Amino acid sequence: MNFDDTPQEAEFRAVARKWIAANAPKEFEEELSKSSLGRIRLAKHDMVEVGKAWQKKKAEGGWACLHWPREYGGRGATPIERVIWQQEEGVYGKLTQPFQIGEGMCGPTVMAWGSEDAKRRYLPKLASGEEIWCQLFSEPSAGSDVAGLRTRAEKKGDNWVVNGQKIWTSGAHYSDYGLLIARTDPNVPKHKGLTMFFLDMKSPGVEVRPIKQANGMQEFNEVYFTDVVIPDSQRLGAVGEGWSVSLTTLMNERMSIGSRLATGVPEMFEFCSNLMLEDGLAIDDPAVRSKLASWAVKASGLKYTSYRAISALSKGERPGPENSIGKLVSGLMLQDIATYAMDLEGAAGSLTGADEEQANGQFQQMLLSSPSMRIAGGTDEILRNIIAERVLGLPGDIRVDKDVPYNKIPTKGR
Amino acid sequence: MNFDFSDEQKQMRDEARKFLSEQCPPKAVREVLDGKAPYDKALWKGLAEMGFLGVAIPEQFGGAGAGHLELCVIAEEMGRALAPVPFSSTVYLAAEAILIAGSDAQKQKWLPKIASGDAIGTLALFEGKGNPSPKAVKVTANGGVLNGVKKPVADGAIADFAVVAARTGSSGRESDISLFIVDLKAGGVEVKSLTNIDLTRGQAEITFKDAKAEPLGPAGEGWSVITQVLDRAAVLTAFEQVGGADRALEMGRDYALDRIAFGRPIGSFQAVKHMLADMYVSATLARSNCYYGAWALSTNAGELPEAAAAARISATQAFQHCAKNNIQVHGGMGFTWEFDCHMYYRRANAVALGLGSLSYWEDALIDRMRKKNAA
Repeated sequence: MNFDDTPQEAEFRAVARKWIAANAPKEFEEELSKSSLGRIRLAKHDMVEVGKAWQKKKAEGGWACLHWPREYGGRGATPIERVIWQQEEGVYGKLTQPFQIGEGMCGPTVMAWGSEDAKRRYLPKLASGEEIWCQLFSEPSAGSDVAGLRTRAEKKGDNWVVNGQKIWTSGAHYSDYGLLIARTDPNVPKHKGLTMFFLDMKSPGVEVRPIKQANGMQEFNEVYFTDVVIPDSQRLGAVGEGWSVSLTTLMNERMSIGSRLATGVPEMFEFCSNLMLEDGLAIDDPAVRSKLASWAVKASGLKYTSYRAISALSKGERPGPENSIGKLVSGLMLQDIATYAMDLEGAAGSLTGADEEQANGQFQQMLLSSPSMRIAGGTDEILRNIIAERVLGLPGDIRVDKDVPYNKIPTKGR
Repeated sequence: MNFDFSDEQKQMRDEARKFLSEQCPPKAVREVLDGKAPYDKALWKGLAEMGFLGVAIPEQFGGAGAGHLELCVIAEEMGRALAPVPFSSTVYLAAEAILIAGSDAQKQKWLPKIASGDAIGTLALFEGKGNPSPKAVKVTANGGVLNGVKKPVADGAIADFAVVAARTGSSGRESDISLFIVDLKAGGVEVKSLTNIDLTRGQAEITFKDAKAEPLGPAGEGWSVITQVLDRAAVLTAFEQVGGADRALEMGRDYALDRIAFGRPIGSFQAVKHMLADMYVSATLARSNCYYGAWALSTNAGELPEAAAAARISATQAFQHCAKNNIQVHGGMGFTWEFDCHMYYRRANAVALGLGSLSYWEDALIDRMRKKNAA
């Protein structure tokens, strides 16, 4: 048991560190280090543009999508090297946010199911950030039950014609391509009638509408499809095999361990170390200390759980669904921390004006944003089901629609 | 980075599990639970023969000289089996104190006996209610004899010797405290068994009346040694707690698969599944914190104080959480004497207090994190 780099790892780290020191956009370092909790704010620059510039530079230097094969724009690096890179990239890693869905989910799906031509055409540009990808899975009536999706794709000659609506698509407004799952046969049970495609987001008939969220921001979109034509060459996997293909996508999401998971704990520790209460610093209050300690051990537990997964990965073992605990633990923790930080400020905790905000207003922002952390990418409840069924081996839910043809499944409760 | 136990260490864990499943089934634990024996003597002897008692004791002092990572994997199995033996008091507390502070002669005298199972040791620290604190130590040491009362002392009634924290000064500082080794079978020592919620591990009150005591380590450095011993024992105990938590989770899972209600296994109801998933989450977080603690312990890293507190808090919470919800999953059957659930519940809640309670370690963790942040 050790944390030491092997000689090869140490050498890799040294090379990475040197390259970053010479090439990183240092003008953004301070601003990036201050923008915490996954919410990246650059006062005078467009995040996506700054991100693209950094991604391009990385690709030119051979530091983009490190674990991908070289012919597809990667470096052929080992899982451990990828983690070392992330550690060294530090705050600049926050600039990779627009590319994470492409790198973590869409790219690996194309890599596993795409033709050689498609891989050579699309993956290097995805890796270099020149083309951004989004994922078109969720629908208004297919969230946790994503296999119940309604968007239709119908075969017309060598093409497919798509009609329907997707929702909760991060980055659709700046994406060039999208990974789309659609229903190609409504006469068979729901999991069996799905097919996976990718499409040009600039295709005629694609309309992206931003969603105004509960926190007042607009990060997600609705995407409408009206007679959108997709060539059959952009199908991934066989017709009717879309569900299996989607599982590759979701499994790759779990492979992206060691990713930057915000817990709110360092921010809360600093906040309590500086907040003066009536009887002294918040951090000297036994009740505050008790809560802080419980959160701190959750955060360290998550960190070392990811180290265990990295170690398994480096030995060639596949990380399992047990990595589902990261988001499950951190989502609720962010919400609880935000609530408690504001509680410590008393009535003034609710204020969000620039003059009133303590700690940059980050806890107020976190409070309003954290509900989405517990829903996006698998709700807390779905994650608990995954742990219960795939880790603990408990029975699956009784699925009353399992063997029913999709078009016979009821669509209204009452 | 290789954040895992080695294949040899995992093999040792498997050996320990096999040995304990044969030599320490729930039936054996119940002999002690039901008061038929103060501890399982045959198991104690067997553990010595397997080399588990001296696994972290250097060869020159009669041990196996393996190390603390090996001791961690054994501790996990001891917790899993609820082994009713004075392992933690003898190995994590007494032996560690002697390893840290003992003279060569003291090591030669006690460590081989610990490794061979011929001496049971413990740490006599507490004096009534409260958490570890130099201020709470009232037992005095004067002219080579001790006077005063220690309670509770884990395994005090079956121990042959104790490492005792006593007051040798009155400056109000930590340096007032020194450590001593006392032969509990000698004159001037009165031992009384105390009842406690964990019937598989004894507690005692020990009264010293001019009891002969031999200094352990330099005078005035007792508290510093106690702090180190508690940190090291915190990591090892945390492994026991994780072992217990895992077992409680498994018991709940197995019962949920087996028990039918409303025409289906209760493990198919989300209310039950989610409860078990949450138990898995807390046990996993605790295990990962424990691994970090094991690394810090085995390398004597500067991070040990923080790592030990984190492992202790996380493992205490996980074991309590899993033991409590294991009973809940079992429903009424979980509240019977016949089912083993209560044994884990008892152990989880007693072991949560033995080295200082949760609030003590929470406080310690925040202090240690602040120190690190300031540095």
